[in-house]
Amino acid sequence: MFARAAASVAVTITLATIDGAAAQTANQPPDTMAARVEACTPCHGNKGEGTSDVYFPRLAGKPAGYLYNQLLAFRSGRRKYPPMNYLLEFLPDPYLEAMAEYFAGEHPPLPQPAPSEVSKDVLAQGELLATSGDASRNIPACVSCHGPGLAGMQPGIPGLLGLRANYISAQLGAWRYGTRTAKSPDCMQQVAGHLTEADVTAVAAWLATRAAPTNPAPVPKGTYALPFGCGSQPN
Amino acid sequence: MGSKLSTALLSIQLLALAALATAAQAQDKSSDIIARGEYLARAGDCTACHTAPEGRLFAGGRAMPTPFGTLYTSNITPDPDTGIGKWSADDFYKTMHSGRFPDGGLIYPAMPFASYTKVTRADSDAIFAYLRSIAPVSQKNKPHELRFPYDNRQLILGWRTLFFSEGEFKPDPKKSAEWNRGAYLVEGLGHCGMCHSPINALGGTSQSDAFKGGLIPMQNWYAPSLTSNREAGLGDWSIKDITDLLQTGVSMRGVVYGPMAEVVHNSLQYLNDEDTRAMAVYLKGIAEPSPPPPASSTLPTTESSLLISLGKTVYDKQCASCHGTQGEGKPPHWPPLANNQSIEMQSAVNPIRMVLNGGYPPGTKGNPMPYGMPPFAGLLSDNEIAAVVSYIRTAWGNRGTPVSAREANELRSAPLN
Repeated sequence: MFARAAASVAVTITLATIDGAAAQTANQPPDTMAARVEACTPCHGNKGEGTSDVYFPRLAGKPAGYLYNQLLAFRSGRRKYPPMNYLLEFLPDPYLEAMAEYFAGEHPPLPQPAPSEVSKDVLAQGELLATSGDASRNIPACVSCHGPGLAGMQPGIPGLLGLRANYISAQLGAWRYGTRTAKSPDCMQQVAGHLTEADVTAVAAWLATRAAPTNPAPVPKGTYALPFGCGSQPN
Repeated sequence: MGSKLSTALLSIQLLALAALATAAQAQDKSSDIIARGEYLARAGDCTACHTAPEGRLFAGGRAMPTPFGTLYTSNITPDPDTGIGKWSADDFYKTMHSGRFPDGGLIYPAMPFASYTKVTRADSDAIFAYLRSIAPVSQKNKPHELRFPYDNRQLILGWRTLFFSEGEFKPDPKKSAEWNRGAYLVEGLGHCGMCHSPINALGGTSQSDAFKGGLIPMQNWYAPSLTSNREAGLGDWSIKDITDLLQTGVSMRGVVYGPMAEVVHNSLQYLNDEDTRAMAVYLKGIAEPSPPPPASSTLPTTESSLLISLGKTVYDKQCASCHGTQGEGKPPHWPPLANNQSIEMQSAVNPIRMVLNGGYPPGTKGNPMPYGMPPFAGLLSDNEIAAVVSYIRTAWGNRGTPVSAREANELRSAPLN
C-alpha cells in the first residue's frame, strides 16, 4: 500500500517535471542547428540547396572541411563578401564547425542543369579544360583535384556540381584578381592565374551543364593524390 | 666550535629558505600582476583595435577609418624596435593618462585616452606588466593616411583643449563602493562614452553630453543613449537582465548586435560576476526617464497608415514565426520587439539595419551557439522594409514613429564591417 502510494507520488513528480520541461521548451526556439542557421537560409536555401539567385552557392553536401575553411575565411575577412563577413565576425570556431557539419550533412536533390547560353564550341572548350586541362599553359584538369565525378574529396575539396555558371565564373575571377584567397599554397589562385576570360566562361558554362551523378557525395580523403600542393587539403 | 658551525649552517639554511620563499612570493606576485593586467586589458578591449584580422596578438596594423582619414593602430607587443619594448611603466602610464607618447608627441584621440585617463596608476602598471609578458612581434607600424589638414598633429592640441580633461577617476563618496567600481569601469577602461556619446563635427564629445547616445561615424550604427530610458537607458531593467546582456550577449529584454557585439565578444564576456554587476548597478543608476520626444513623423498620416498596413502583412509572413504575432519573441534567443527600446527609440537606423542585414549576437562562453536573424535586404523592397519597420515601431503599444522608404534605401549602402 505504502509502496504503491510512493510509486504514484514518484510518477506524479516525474510527469510534473516533464510538463515543466515541455512548457519551458514551448517558449524557446527549437534547440537545433536548423533553427540556428536560419540566418543563412534566405540566400542559401532552407537546406543549403541554393536559391534562385545565381550568385549564392549551394552549400549542401559539400565537404565539412571545405565549408569550415570558407567560414573561417569569411570571418577573418580573408575572403571578402561584406554580408558574410558581417554575419560571422563574432562566432567561435566550434560553432562554425558545427554549421559546416550541418550543411555538409544535408542532401537535398541537385537542381536540374540549366540550359547553357553559350555556343557548342565554347562548351567543348570548357569540357576539354575541365577534363584534360592544358599542359602547355600549366592548367591542370578540374577533375584532377575535384575528382572524376566532380563531387570533391574529403575533407577540403568541394564538389563543383549544382553551381550556376555565374557563380563559378565570379569565383574564378575573384581568384584571378586576388580578392578570394586561401591557405598557402593557394592552389586555386595558381590555377586561375593561368586562365583567360574565355577559359573562365567556357569552364563555368560546361560545369553548370553537368547532370547530377548517382552519388554526389565527396569521395573519402586520400582516394587519389593531388597533382600539386594545396593548403586547403594537406596531402 | 661544533655548535657554532651548526648554528652558522642552520642560519645559512634559514636564510636560503627565506630567500627561496621571498623569490617564490615575488614570482607569485608578478604572475598575479600579469594575470590582473590581462584581465584589465580585456576590460579595456585593447585587442579590438590593436590586433588586426588574422594578425598576431597586439601587433597593431588594423585600419581604423575615421571621418578625417585612415589611422593604423600601433604595435604594443614588447618588441624593442617596432613595439613598446623600450618603454618604462612611466612611459605607458603617460600614454594612458595624458595621451602623449614617451617623447611627448601627441596621440590621436581615436585612442580613447580621454577615458583611459581615469585608470589608476596601479591598473596601468598591471596592464603594462601583462603587455611585457606577451610574445614580442617585429612588425613596423603603418603610417596613418589622414587628409590635409588633419595630418598635422598640432591640431590635436585644439581638440585636447576642447574635449580632454586629464585626471584619474574620483569616487563619489555619496555612492556605494559597487556603484563607484561600475563607474570606474564604464567611464575608464570600458570607454563606453567613445560610442555612446554624441560626437560633434570636431570629433569630440562635451562632458555634459556624456552617454547621451549618437550615430557612430563611419559605421552608421546608432549608439543609443545610456542615460535615457527611452533609448538604451537601463533604468527599468532588472540587474540580472543587464548582467546577462553584458556577459552573454542575450537577455530577456533584448540582444546585442552591430558594434556592441564586438564589445561583448572581445571584452565584456571575460569580466567576472562582481565587476559585471558593478557595471550594471552603475548603468541602471545613471538612467532616467526622459520626456517623450514630440511624436514627429515626417510622413503624412495617410502614407504612414498605408505603410503600417503593408507592414503588418510583411511582418505576419516574414517575422512572426520567430518574434511572435504580438512581438513577444521567445527570449532570450528570439528577442521580443514589443516594449523593446532598441526598436522604439527616435533613431530608426538600428532596426532598419537589422532588417536589411540580419545578424548574430556574439558567440560567448554563456551563449556559444547564438541564434541569428536572417538578412532581408535581398527579399524585401525599400517600401516593404520601411513598412515592416514602421509596423514594429508602432504596434503593440510601441511608441516609435514610422520611417520612409528613402531612409531604408539609404542604409542599404551602409558599411558592414
